[in-house]
Amino acid sequence: MKIVVIGNGMVGHKFCEKITQKLGTNTARIVIFGEETLPAYDRVHLSEYFAGKTAEDLSLAPVDWYASQGITLYLGDPVHIIDRQQKTVTSLKGITETYDFLVMATGSAAFVPNIAGTDKKGVFIYRTIEDLELMKSYAPRASRGTVIGGGLLGLEAAKALLDLGISRTSVIEFAPRLMPRQIDDKGSFVLQHKLQSLGLQVLTGKNTSAILGEETITGLAFSDGTSLDTDMLVISAGIKPRDELAAACGLETGPRGGIVVNDLLQSSDPSIYAVGECALYNGMIYGLVAPGYEMAEVAATHIIASYTEKEPVKSFTGFDMSTKLKLIGVDVASFGNPFTPPDQSHSIVMEDSVSGVYQRINVSQDGKYLLGGILIGNADAYNMLLQTCKNNIPLPANPADVLLGPRNGGAPSGAGVDALPDEAVICSCESISKAAICQAVEAGHETLDAVKKCTKAGTCCGGCTPMVKDLITATMKAQGKYIRNVVCEHFDYSRQELLDLIKVKSLRSFDEALDHYGHGEGCEVCKPVISSILASLWNDMILAKGNDTAQDSNDRYLANIQKGGTYSIVPRIPGGEITPEKLIVIGTIAKEYNLYTKITGGQRIDMFGAHLGDLPAIWEALIAAGFESGHAYGKALRTVKSCVGSTWCRFGLHDSVSYAIRIEERYRGLRAPHKIKSAVSGCIRECAEAQSKDFGIIATEKGWNLYVCGNGGSKPQHALLLAQDLDSETCIRYIDRFLMFYIKTADPLTRTATWLNKLEGGIDYLRNVVVNDSLGIAESLETEMQSLVDSYKCEWKEVVESPELRKKFSHFINAPEEKDPTVKFETLREQKKAADWK
Amino acid sequence: MSTISSTAITWFFACKTTDVPHNGGVCIKYRDEQIALFYFSRSNSWYATQNLCPHRRQMALSRGMTGTHQGEPKVACPFHKKTFSLADGRCISDESECSLTVYPVRLEDDRVYIGVQTGVEADMQVTVETL
Repeated sequence: MKIVVIGNGMVGHKFCEKITQKLGTNTARIVIFGEETLPAYDRVHLSEYFAGKTAEDLSLAPVDWYASQGITLYLGDPVHIIDRQQKTVTSLKGITETYDFLVMATGSAAFVPNIAGTDKKGVFIYRTIEDLELMKSYAPRASRGTVIGGGLLGLEAAKALLDLGISRTSVIEFAPRLMPRQIDDKGSFVLQHKLQSLGLQVLTGKNTSAILGEETITGLAFSDGTSLDTDMLVISAGIKPRDELAAACGLETGPRGGIVVNDLLQSSDPSIYAVGECALYNGMIYGLVAPGYEMAEVAATHIIASYTEKEPVKSFTGFDMSTKLKLIGVDVASFGNPFTPPDQSHSIVMEDSVSGVYQRINVSQDGKYLLGGILIGNADAYNMLLQTCKNNIPLPANPADVLLGPRNGGAPSGAGVDALPDEAVICSCESISKAAICQAVEAGHETLDAVKKCTKAGTCCGGCTPMVKDLITATMKAQGKYIRNVVCEHFDYSRQELLDLIKVKSLRSFDEALDHYGHGEGCEVCKPVISSILASLWNDMILAKGNDTAQDSNDRYLANIQKGGTYSIVPRIPGGEITPEKLIVIGTIAKEYNLYTKITGGQRIDMFGAHLGDLPAIWEALIAAGFESGHAYGKALRTVKSCVGSTWCRFGLHDSVSYAIRIEERYRGLRAPHKIKSAVSGCIRECAEAQSKDFGIIATEKGWNLYVCGNGGSKPQHALLLAQDLDSETCIRYIDRFLMFYIKTADPLTRTATWLNKLEGGIDYLRNVVVNDSLGIAESLETEMQSLVDSYKCEWKEVVESPELRKKFSHFINAPEEKDPTVKFETLREQKKAADWK
Repeated sequence: MSTISSTAITWFFACKTTDVPHNGGVCIKYRDEQIALFYFSRSNSWYATQNLCPHRRQMALSRGMTGTHQGEPKVACPFHKKTFSLADGRCISDESECSLTVYPVRLEDDRVYIGVQTGVEADMQVTVETL
């Protein structure tokens, strides 16, 4: 059997993959003609080419893949004649090949509207890597860019222009709204505002009448008499099926283009198939990759069936055009039927113009089933909603819950992955069902990578990976497998298990822990974990007992490494209170060692740009002036921030500074699974921002309110109230219990907020443990904390006083006096800064 | 290490074995160059690589944490935790990252020697100049 494939795009490539998978290599002779000079690449992620991906990153298979499959690949050589009588094709360069089956995967071309001047310099279409390269070489000349077309591809093209550094980019759409085929007016309005806030100008309802400029484009004129200056134009106004070859050999084509196919993807000549964007099925062109892949599968199955004279097992029945993507950082998704008419359905709409979120779901008239919907600004629920829609899963009694979550404090309703039927398609790009993924997990593919390799799920757009992960976990749980949360390849234990084991055996070093419970030599993951556990249990000097090289690299040098390889130094300034004398000392030292100084977010002073070899001398001077380590380099207590409180403030209820100092001095040096921050506010005005801290304290008329598990950082989260109106002693006892419970049970590098989010029972459970002592461990938690408090020593003081430890702070072991000569500084606002890295 | 032809190697004295911490690294100055030297006490093995991490061109590898990846010795750069094989210098955590130059190490009693090639030195000169 001989198959000729015309077109080496994503769908043409998928067809070859399917046919060789099903037949084995060398059963059929396969010849591909491709017009582009590059082998098939990922057109879906084309705009990432500007975000730094190379043509190679985007390619779907290396050139030698074709040879290894016995496939002949002619690139840069389009077919220009099909002779259906002789069953031959002839390429532009004169190669003639015969065929038994011919597969047209010619794809589409950019649709260029009939506007005068599209041949001017600076006008581009957005379709191939070659187009992108042309745009890239032209872009440095342009400061303003414009895209015609506000659909999916148009917005992708706009992102490409932004990535090319053209910050003044506009999108022109003929229709009154963006993405007219996928989303409704309101959704489009929200999307438009969101994109405008990100710097993209959006003009809708504009009909471009002419491209201005002599040889080179200078602007656009619109039919309403207005115009727009631009240096560069990208046309991305839709696609046009490449059917000219099919039409020339007499195959039936649609009135507006496209090769007419039946549900086996056969054209009007049964030995010629058409797949992908050139195929017209049931009056429709499918301009997405997933239906194209499905067509490739059906055509491959049918060709094999006709060759082996078996009944075909599959036919094409149309395809769901649901889609989810991130456009310039904004989630946009539409699924099922996004535009159901009001007489056949109800719509539930959630619009939040503050955060730029618009969500609409269409529900059947009886309120039982989900028909489709639109998600703008936040499409986290997409996968679950799509599955609910596709599999006709009944909605909760109050359908709005699927958008808004349960209210009135009810338990989360609705369907997890468990509720999905086996045939639910999880990865629509590769059409992989829930059953296929679960079977792969049952066969021992228990990681995301393994499942991806085995099933191909999640390898195309990647949108389904969260759901694949959930399925892996759910399947393993269903098998009764305890999902072991192990530290790394060297320790088959969780952090909590290791802490208990190390405590029971009284192990004091990384080496001992590795001897007893690990294998191999350890790594950059388990070394800091064990070191942190040892510090939380015994509070030994961290650089002692040969433990120095088991510390994370900042802990090893008791300082924070910064650009260029110098270090920054943060002395502890408890509660942010400092005397003028101490301020002068910091200034003097910073001047002597030429350090850049900056006030930190935690009310301390950071000194940057210290050479490794200078650290001990700098600390000697700091310690002599009464400073001690601030542990800014460690996963440890950082600061206890405070407002000025009742000593000065006319609103202050209690002395927040004194209490903050007391707390900071109590927990200084305490090592934990992650850094810990705290704050004390003297009244409800909350100037110390205590509710954004791991533990925060706010003065009340009657005492202190204790809040826990807040977080700033990348995922800010407010702290929750643990207990109210506490006296100072009780408050500290609760903090002892809370911190020790966190230290003993959290996973590595988990802040208190994330720890609480994962804790079954949440804040109520935590309150029971800490306040009501439901586990009966309160006393031991307090005792353990007290022993850590009692054994605190300033680790920098110990280094400064030990000639042996001081020796470890040099750049060259064989030239200890010399500093790293590659360190370079520049000047900015009369201070130094690290030289930029490449 | 085997890729370096033994005929062209110059051995220079780096430091004493006792200068190097167990399961960690130090930085050796050789002429105008910087070489990271690592000692794995469990297997009693020595490794040497360029000190420059190719990711952000920082002189930092000697301060990185050492360990193994499926039995293969490695070091993690302190800056962004890219990990490199000490056996062949390739980046384990990111296939697209450049590899490290690795050097042979020889012991004579408590003296540690590192082998450099004349050609290698010439390359390193270029690397340092482009910083």
